[in-house]
Amino acid sequence: MAETHTDKRPLSPHLQIYRPMLTMMMSIVHRITGAGLYFGILLLIWWLLAAAISPDYFAMVQAFFGHWFGKLILFGFTWALLHHMLGGLRHLLWDTGHGFGLTTIEWLARANIALSILGTIALWLGVYLVRGTL
Amino acid sequence: MKTPLGTVLGLGSAKAGTEHWWLQRVTAIANIPLVIFLVIFILWHLGADRAQLMASVKHPLIAIALVMSFLSILWHMRLGMQVVIEDYVHGGWRLPCLLANLFFTTALGIAALYAILSLSFGA
Repeated sequence: MAETHTDKRPLSPHLQIYRPMLTMMMSIVHRITGAGLYFGILLLIWWLLAAAISPDYFAMVQAFFGHWFGKLILFGFTWALLHHMLGGLRHLLWDTGHGFGLTTIEWLARANIALSILGTIALWLGVYLVRGTL
Repeated sequence: MKTPLGTVLGLGSAKAGTEHWWLQRVTAIANIPLVIFLVIFILWHLGADRAQLMASVKHPLIAIALVMSFLSILWHMRLGMQVVIEDYVHGGWRLPCLLANLFFTTALGIAALYAILSLSFGA
């Protein structure tokens, strides 16, 4: 058994052999958004640490997030968060043994994309309407 | 089943897979209300100065909710990134990556706890 590890055995076809499908892309995007959030949380902890350091430093970090570039990062962060959370809800549904029908998984994938985009826009529009500015 | 070589190299099931899977789900469910709280907390303090943020974090429930959020999120992050590393990183880089994942999430957790407690108890 053990010595067969060194053999050049045939491998199963890799990703590029398959026609891209929505559910497959959703799985990849779930991982990418997860990885993005993994590093993105650095910004949130930076924000809190800045407040723990000094009022001036906190004001500087607040100014960074007030800048258009900071807002762009936060906008992307909002979408990644919503997309990953909705994707997680799909996974929790599948964990119960439901939602595996071919039309259902397509429908869930589309709903995930639509809700993540609409939710992001709604959240930022809500902030704009309440504060009068972004 | 383990091959003789697998036994020597310590390969095969570590008997920890179910717990990993389960904790990923537990933290995922905990993250839903905690992340919603965190997003509201952030939006509430857009453009705030340090005194305003500090006044919020001085409230025990806010401080406790922040601590719970970071613990659950960072735990979920560690579990998720571990799976990604185990799927894509092979050979000699795997162990350093797994260690980096553990150190990164632990360091962030301690930094977050320090910031929250410092704001909550500080002057």
